Amino acid sequence: MVPAAYPARYEDKKGQAMYDTMLAETVAITGHNGDGIEAYSARTLRDGPVGGVVVIHHLPGYDRQTKEFTRAFAAGGLNAVMPNLYYREAPGAAPDDAMAAARAQGAIPVADERIVGEVAGAAAYLRGLSNSNGKVGVIGHCSGGRQAFLAAVSLPLDAAVDCYGGAVVRPPQEGHPLFGIPALVDRAGDLSCPLLGLFGRDDTHPSPDEVAELEQALKANGKTFEFHLYDGAAHAFMQVDRPSYRPEAAVDAWQRIWDFYGRYL
Amino acid sequence: MCTYLTEKVSISGSGKGPSGWFKLTDASVYFDHPVHAQAEHTLNIDFLDPGAGPSARVAVELTAESARALAQAIQATLDSAPPGLAT
Repeated sequence: MVPAAYPARYEDKKGQAMYDTMLAETVAITGHNGDGIEAYSARTLRDGPVGGVVVIHHLPGYDRQTKEFTRAFAAGGLNAVMPNLYYREAPGAAPDDAMAAARAQGAIPVADERIVGEVAGAAAYLRGLSNSNGKVGVIGHCSGGRQAFLAAVSLPLDAAVDCYGGAVVRPPQEGHPLFGIPALVDRAGDLSCPLLGLFGRDDTHPSPDEVAELEQALKANGKTFEFHLYDGAAHAFMQVDRPSYRPEAAVDAWQRIWDFYGRYL
Repeated sequence: MCTYLTEKVSISGSGKGPSGWFKLTDASVYFDHPVHAQAEHTLNIDFLDPGAGPSARVAVELTAESARALAQAIQATLDSAPPGLAT
């Protein structure tokens, strides 16, 4: 029962107030190769059954902002978990120091195989929660957007959200650390779940042309997807602590995410 | 976009962090997303002593324009030192 003086932060589709209590904490999960890694878990305390979301952090790391993003899903009635992709290089370090250590050790970009293993472990963690309905989605921004698509073509998932992930359609040029890895668009036929794509029309990586190419590949493979290309928005338009933040586009994008996960999780 | 590109260089000197001075053995130089600076991409330098752990780091994130100005200032300073001192 929500007291009238404390408006619920989340309403269901009928506008009814929902129980929004959550538990957010650092946990250990089993990641790639069966190794234990650190993750940030935010779970609704609703009885469930509820779906879960694996949040893939952006290149700057397992940071405060992405933890807030993870908690948003729990406040909205889902379970969420964000694996620390740099834990292996710097266990216990501050997130920015861990990113720097990973970069100095040549671990950035994190190998695709390892990303898939960490997301698989995070998905298993979510499915194992007592209030889980067994459904798991994935979401990521920037490099995490590419990695969300990578996870969705590599693992059995229920819903994927790609927020302006670059290097999905065009293979990186010679000299780029990802050079030699086939473009992920070639694996569009392997997509295991519906895909929501959120992109900025002023972005150059991915450009609107790349978004259109990805759209064509998904259509050709008969996949379920919906893309939104926002005017006046460029890369990282949902990142609230960056100058690229565009509130109008970001607010609409969040509504699309809730609607999408509401249908598939 | 993430460039992922990183130049690594061995260095010799000292830096000052929250715990005081420490030796520096390595530096990472990269133009990529910053953690704190209000720009989409910055020229970032991590001055490191990996042997002392991930927190043995002095970090800067500079706009491209200021990084170029800094590079010129470093070069000019070294060039103007008395002969034999900065070789």
